Amino acid sequence: MSHHTLSPRQYLILGLVAVSAPLGDSCLSRGMAAMPAITLAHPQSLIAAVFTPWIALGIALLIGFFASYLTALSWADLTFVLPATAFGYVIIALLARFWLHEAISLERWAGILLITLGVGFVAQGPSLTQHPAAEPEVAHQQEAGTE
Amino acid sequence: MTISPPSMPLPAAFNPWAATAMIAAVVLTSTTGEVLTAAAMKSIGDLDVIRAHSGLKGAIRAVLTCPLFFAGVFFLALAFFSLLFALNHLNLSLVGPASASLTLVTNAVAGKIFLKENVDGRRWAAAVLVCVGVYLLAH
Repeated sequence: MSHHTLSPRQYLILGLVAVSAPLGDSCLSRGMAAMPAITLAHPQSLIAAVFTPWIALGIALLIGFFASYLTALSWADLTFVLPATAFGYVIIALLARFWLHEAISLERWAGILLITLGVGFVAQGPSLTQHPAAEPEVAHQQEAGTE
Repeated sequence: MTISPPSMPLPAAFNPWAATAMIAAVVLTSTTGEVLTAAAMKSIGDLDVIRAHSGLKGAIRAVLTCPLFFAGVFFLALAFFSLLFALNHLNLSLVGPASASLTLVTNAVAGKIFLKENVDGRRWAAAVLVCVGVYLLAH
């Protein structure tokens, strides 16, 4: 079925989802680690954190992630998108290894191997569950999109 | 014979119950948010097709006029602030892998139950492999 195969543009969107999320999280982590301890008694300091540079950059990346993520969810299942985009963790780890020359332990190589296997498993299958009631409309939209 | 010192209280920085509660809050709110958002996007239809017909404004309007989308965003925002709160108290090496890997499994369960997605053996295997992989990689 044509709905099960993804176009190069759809793979690009999945790639954006994969890379922008871990990069954004890393920026948030760096920003929050530099902040003094925040307690439930002063929740307003969480709002102030949003305007610090690392947190702001993290949020910008996560907005890009969210736009790509919403697009991906409009043509693929949640249980397809989430494992497939976990490949971003592998890309970040490999960037850290070959670009930043960080050491990768045997445990982390095992993690990279398992994620790659998992992504391979899910990518082999259909990207969207076909519900009989919704199929005619979706099929019609797919045909309209390919014209 | 020496007198043993009184037992030391657990360090305030790491209380296992508090850590579990913080990670559970991130996992539950993010799973709820992701399932609601996925349901919203499925109800809207293929955004690429909508954009081809009605342009970018049409696609944005389709998303912003869906109430389910805002319910999803509300829970994702809760998940975001729970994550910020947790990162302020716990190490990323604990919060990152624990929340990311657990969310994959809770989403597979929630996707099957609430979204009626076809979570076959292949997808269960992928969810579990990626879950363990993310834990090993990020730990």
